Amino acid sequence: MADDLPIVLALLLVTVAGTATVLTRDPVRQVFALAGLGLALALLFAVLQAPDVALSQLAVGTALTPLMVLLSVRKVRRKARSERREEHE
Amino acid sequence: MSLRVRMVVLAVGLLGLAAMLVAAFRKLPGFGGSWHPYGQRAVETALGRHTSNVIASINFDQRAFDTMGEQAILFGAVLGTVVILRTTRDERRVEPEPARVPAPLRRYALAVLPVTLLTGLYVVAHGQVSPGGGFQGGVVAATALHLLYIAVDYRALQRVRSVPLFTLADAAGEAGYPLLGLGVLMTGASFLENVLPYGTLGTLSSGGTVPVLNAAIGLEVAAAVVVLLAQFLDQAIVIESEDGEQGAGSVGDGDGRRGEGGAA
Repeated sequence: MADDLPIVLALLLVTVAGTATVLTRDPVRQVFALAGLGLALALLFAVLQAPDVALSQLAVGTALTPLMVLLSVRKVRRKARSERREEHE
Repeated sequence: MSLRVRMVVLAVGLLGLAAMLVAAFRKLPGFGGSWHPYGQRAVETALGRHTSNVIASINFDQRAFDTMGEQAILFGAVLGTVVILRTTRDERRVEPEPARVPAPLRRYALAVLPVTLLTGLYVVAHGQVSPGGGFQGGVVAATALHLLYIAVDYRALQRVRSVPLFTLADAAGEAGYPLLGLGVLMTGASFLENVLPYGTLGTLSSGGTVPVLNAAIGLEVAAAVVVLLAQFLDQAIVIESEDGEQGAGSVGDGDGRRGEGGAA
């Protein structure tokens, strides 16, 4: 059991981070929750002795995917803002 | 086929799958155990070919053909993004203004940029020795470049990041992998077989063709991520929809007239 403690803790962390990501409704906040989930998963993979997968997860899951979602949100909001401006004029 | 028959067919299929999965899982080695039939064979083969990073040996030697398919998926995905997110006829490019960046942020990003870039290149170069490789290092090196956007502004990033050049590098890495495989065929061996001398275990010059294929992947992934992010950044920062502007004018006119009508 004592040997498995890091794995259990990492699994718990992933569960909490995953639930938090699903329960966050605002896309921008969700991006940061998603990055946190990526970090938790990277930690889990590292604990499970899969450093290659942990590195991939760290690079893609905590940096690349959140950045792409953030940029998409910015694009959508900018469009919505300019449309609101139109209605305002 | 009626809904009832469909459901029966689905149930039979699911039950069969469940039975086979249960039978398969019963034969699996226990979680975290020291005995693993594939693991032992893979490690033995990797060490026999002087590749201390067993994962790299699996990816670029023992199942190098699968990796070719995987990199083609990434290439296809980036190609699709480039086509979908291109500037269309009803959109125009508005170049962004220079932006002011807080001095501490600027210093931090400029200090971290070379370190991150070097880390990425290190991870690519040591793929055959230590954890990581072309994919992981490529992503790190590509994201490092984008610290320039945080440290200075988008124009600075645009100046360094020539999209046509990176598109070319992406294609070169993508084409390089199968071409290396074909080169191996010329020597009389099988496609993507490890034909180079294995070298000394644990050094940069080890693993035979592993570091060469790994470098091709590193080039492809780094360039692919730069091109991919360029499309997203352009859409978020530079590209504006033109009919939105025209729409603004016409709707504004309408509002104005309506306003006059209300006043009259």
